[in-house]
Amino acid sequence: MTPVEISELLKSKFQSAILATVEFGGQVSVTINKAKLLDIMKFLKNSPELNFDYLVDLCGVDYLGRKNDRFEVVYNLRSMNHNHFIRVKAVVPENDSTISSVVDIWAGANWHERECFDMFGISFMGHPDLRRVLMPEDWEGYPLRKDYPLKSDLGEHEWKGYKEVVETAERNKQYEVR
Amino acid sequence: MLKKKELSINMGPQHPATHGVLRLVLDLDGETVVKCTPHVGYLHRGTEKLSENRTYPMALPLTDRLDYVSSMCNNIGYCVAVERLLGIEAPSRAKYIRTIMAELTRIANHIVWIATHALDIGAMTVFLYGMRDREWILDLYEMVCGARLTVTYPRIGGVRCDVDNEFIDSCYKFAEDFPKRILEYETLIDQNRIWLQRTVGIGVISAEDAINWGLTGPTLRGSGVAYDVRKAVPYDAYDQIDFDVPVGKNCDVYDRYRCRMDELRQSVRIIKQCLDKMPDGLVLSTDAPGYDILPGKPRVMPGHPMGEIMPGEEEDPKKEPFDELYSAIEVPKGELGFYFINDGTAKPYRMHIRAPSFVHASVLPKLSEGSLVADVIANIGTIDIVLGECDR
Repeated sequence: MTPVEISELLKSKFQSAILATVEFGGQVSVTINKAKLLDIMKFLKNSPELNFDYLVDLCGVDYLGRKNDRFEVVYNLRSMNHNHFIRVKAVVPENDSTISSVVDIWAGANWHERECFDMFGISFMGHPDLRRVLMPEDWEGYPLRKDYPLKSDLGEHEWKGYKEVVETAERNKQYEVR
Repeated sequence: MLKKKELSINMGPQHPATHGVLRLVLDLDGETVVKCTPHVGYLHRGTEKLSENRTYPMALPLTDRLDYVSSMCNNIGYCVAVERLLGIEAPSRAKYIRTIMAELTRIANHIVWIATHALDIGAMTVFLYGMRDREWILDLYEMVCGARLTVTYPRIGGVRCDVDNEFIDSCYKFAEDFPKRILEYETLIDQNRIWLQRTVGIGVISAEDAINWGLTGPTLRGSGVAYDVRKAVPYDAYDQIDFDVPVGKNCDVYDRYRCRMDELRQSVRIIKQCLDKMPDGLVLSTDAPGYDILPGKPRVMPGHPMGEIMPGEEEDPKKEPFDELYSAIEVPKGELGFYFINDGTAKPYRMHIRAPSFVHASVLPKLSEGSLVADVIANIGTIDIVLGECDR
């Protein structure tokens, strides 16, 4: 099926939950309400004519400045036997940054969701093991948010792991060979 | 009275068999792995965050630091993605050159893979043979762009410079001679009794599970699924080239090894066809963005810790909706995808890298739990991860 046909099918099936569809470069993005996420994802995976059995990629996006829809969680899906592709985006507001986990549908979502939590602070409800994956466990802040500084003088907010390294280096200076 | 107790051991991050800085916490019951918890992120450099603050051509050198064993493929993946996003068409000759480079990289990567994988399992000689032959490919890189490891040779809209006849001759000689070298590796380990005992029936993952976990590349094809991005969504010159996609059927470490060995032969076949068919012409599109493109307007919000916004630009009406595109290529390790959001400026609003190593590292507990601790080593080898790409 072409991406446009898939989005039309989704529109007819889940009329109220589909917020927008956009086509660009031969790919279609379907923006959905996060309340219906699991229903739509199960339909995409289990209906035989769609059969999206492969979760290609999952990531978060921060649209800083939008009021009620600051974050988006993006799911890129592909079907191995039909060889078609669709992108589903779920809107996540800032004041309620939670969304259902899709680990039960695609096991491969596990680390992608952990990464999204790590980088954007979006909580995935029902995830079996939601911990930071790339950043250290005691890291503060969510690095890929747009209001996270790329480089700045953090002063007291410096990561304490770095402080420990500096202190150890300072302490070890007494053992230097003169 | 002897007591039985579970033992928790740390494997890595400094361990020669973890191919970088992968740390595994293994809970053992005797020799059996009860629980395996991978810890990654030691090489996290924030490539995605850095890219959001650079123009499209400026972010290109960041990508070959991802998977440093096959840096050329990472560059090509990035270039193909940006070309699709910005609507640039690379000239035909550049496409063929990139296809040759991608396949040389695939050979180099698979050589390093077989070398280290065999070394981990206990076959030392393959390692030395592998390093000898990889040198040949690095020399070819050097001939064409001067760099051996972090090449940055492909460009958005083509490649940096044309290849000369000396390169074409050397490359052809390589393609003629290399199949003999593949035979040498196979003579050493294909029927080796120790190799068979360490690989046959180890790390089994069914085709259904492999797809569900998002595995790609030879790791998936060892389970019998013939999914290859080069066939599914062709890029560069792959739609004009004739090649097969080798698949396994027993879903174990040995079949994934066989898949990679067969891929080496297919790569040689692709290189030969490309050298024969390569047309003359430009190697860089005239539409290619130069390094002097305007960096675009700052997207800094008022009250942002990065600093104050430039006067007169705070009411910049952004183009809505943003263009977004997911583009993938087949790197030696699997499917490397770039997901871009373009807001009309010269910098990506968001770039996400779908790294095959990241997905493959997540499947380690699934492969290892319930097996012997020695098989963990075989499993780390068979999924072919590079931690630079996993941690980005």
